[in-house]
Amino acid sequence: MTLSREEVLGRLGGVGYVADPQLATAIVLMQQLGRPLLLEGEAGVGKTEVAKALAAVLAAPLIRLQCYEGLDASAAVYEWDYQRQLLAIKIWESEERSAEEKERHIFDEDFLLKRPLLKAISMAEPPVLLVDEIDRADEEFEAYLLEVLSDFQISIPELGTVTATAVPYVVLTSNGTRELSDALRRRCLYHYVDFPGEDKELRIVLARLPGIEQALAAQVVRFVQALRKEDLRKKPGVAETLDWAAALVGLGVRDLRSEPEALHESLMCLLKTQEDQAVVPLEVVERLAGRAV
Amino acid sequence: MSAAVEILGTASGGRLLARRVVGFLRVLRDNGFPVGLPEAIDGLRVVRAVELGRRDAVRWAFRSLLCASRTDWRRFDQIFDLYWLGHGRKRASRVAGQKARGPQAGLPGGLVPAGPLGPVLRSQRGEELEAEGGDGRRGGAGSAESLAATDLRHVNDPEELARVTDLSERLAARMRYRLTRRERQRRRGRRLDLRRVIHNSIRFGGTPMKLAYRKRWPKPLRLVVILDASGSMSLYSTFFVRFIRGVLDHFREAEAFVFHTRLIHISAALRERDTEKALERMALMASGWDGGTKIGESLATFNRGYAASAIRSRTAVIIVSDGYDTGPPERLAAEMRQLKRRAKRIVWLNPMIGWADYEPVAKGMSAALPFVDLFAPAHDLQSLAALEPYLAKL
Repeated sequence: MTLSREEVLGRLGGVGYVADPQLATAIVLMQQLGRPLLLEGEAGVGKTEVAKALAAVLAAPLIRLQCYEGLDASAAVYEWDYQRQLLAIKIWESEERSAEEKERHIFDEDFLLKRPLLKAISMAEPPVLLVDEIDRADEEFEAYLLEVLSDFQISIPELGTVTATAVPYVVLTSNGTRELSDALRRRCLYHYVDFPGEDKELRIVLARLPGIEQALAAQVVRFVQALRKEDLRKKPGVAETLDWAAALVGLGVRDLRSEPEALHESLMCLLKTQEDQAVVPLEVVERLAGRAV
Repeated sequence: MSAAVEILGTASGGRLLARRVVGFLRVLRDNGFPVGLPEAIDGLRVVRAVELGRRDAVRWAFRSLLCASRTDWRRFDQIFDLYWLGHGRKRASRVAGQKARGPQAGLPGGLVPAGPLGPVLRSQRGEELEAEGGDGRRGGAGSAESLAATDLRHVNDPEELARVTDLSERLAARMRYRLTRRERQRRRGRRLDLRRVIHNSIRFGGTPMKLAYRKRWPKPLRLVVILDASGSMSLYSTFFVRFIRGVLDHFREAEAFVFHTRLIHISAALRERDTEKALERMALMASGWDGGTKIGESLATFNRGYAASAIRSRTAVIIVSDGYDTGPPERLAAEMRQLKRRAKRIVWLNPMIGWADYEPVAKGMSAALPFVDLFAPAHDLQSLAALEPYLAKL
């Protein structure tokens, strides 16, 4: 079942994800070509959300593999349940069976702990596999992942090769802390996710926080857009905008200019380091708020 | 390439379209996009699937399919317009006329006058330094090699300057990569801790239910860089600042200091994301200094204030200075002795070693020399690169 671009756009909107047609095109291509989608962009632009929305749109389960330095096969692919195997051996000690039979039983699928990659491959219906922050994993793991993504099969020495019955939709995200290999980049479709523009961010806020007043939402978005242009270590992402807007609604703020002190204090939703908070003192908040109205 | 047209043409039945798509991919490849036959085949599939009348649909589909990095993403639209819509032809010949402005001016890739098939984007091989190391897609290290061997004093052309600074940052990145890769290989493999396993098995009646492993925690290599920013070093310090910035960017465990008449901790300023901004902040911090170089005193500040937190067991201290000290040499010797007690290795980089017939006669230099583990030149990028195998052995 391949959805058209308009259908994808409409359904993404239906699950509360405000997408642009370019991203919808990429998703259509994923379905057509069976290639993974690589999303790059700064932290907080909503890369992970894409995978979640995609899973909701396709009504497919989302399997998430969070990468980190030192991620290895036992955490990403599979592991034998050693304790259960031992117990099984103990239990069968008294039974009259041949050693081969026992061995065959021990390396049975019952004792296999499936980790995200194997789980994604062995499902009957294609799931959405999110490989989050692939740039944080080691090069070795990246090479292994590339192999899995091209053949969609995993070999387990004791069991044989598991081949995918349904090719999962794979979404990879990267913050660009490390340069990814060319082979992996070539294998993937590419989409660069930027901070949303004012118009799009406003639509996101309105879609996610139905209770917010239009005027306040517009002010919030303009404020955050201006704040991103300041000299910050970590620019506030879309999630921060949503948190802040929700906080303001909770505090009962209806206009950004009305209570500058409360506004300044609530900025901890947006600025998460001490240095950044120092960069934006009360005066700057007032200036930005004045301009945002 | 004609073979590709052959395959694609028969597969799709549209030879003309196939030829255009293959031509487009060739232009992209000449501009450094990592595309090949698989992309061409998928490209044709895509073109046939989307409605051809809708130009944006084709554009977005091709962009997702054929880009592989942010740079590609940014450049794609221009190349797409140029090839499919014929935009930019006039500009093309104009850019070609202004050769002096270099390939980056105006359009991506630099253009040569339009041939019979329309404008041709010239291949950038060997012209742009990015080809080497940066994205690693293409070989051709020629110009980079020769730049690496140029004495940094003689670099004054602004374009060359930009390249050298670029190269020095990349060099630092590569050093980091190699040094930590060694660590990773050592980390591999886990050993069973038999004593623990046996102890754990007692409560399970002797069955080893809970395994325990021994893990070796590799101590990461720490670098502390202390840079002389005095007048006599000014020809070099810009490059070293860039290099140090690269080091800080890529080593998790690194600290940087600058001295002149006093010592300043610059790690925070240099960790600024934007290079220009970082250098600006640096310049601000360094302004208002008066003449003279007080190496001994600056090292004393380091020993008193920072050494305890900055130096761990596997730390190399790199001092970059020409050794011209206006303070008493005894002071310098005393501070070096103290530093030596803490640091595993002290590397002294002196840009002047690279000069013909240089002898370390500066009083400060000869006073410090007995405590230095490695006294090395640092007048060009090659000499900086030569440091790496030494540091790896620590």
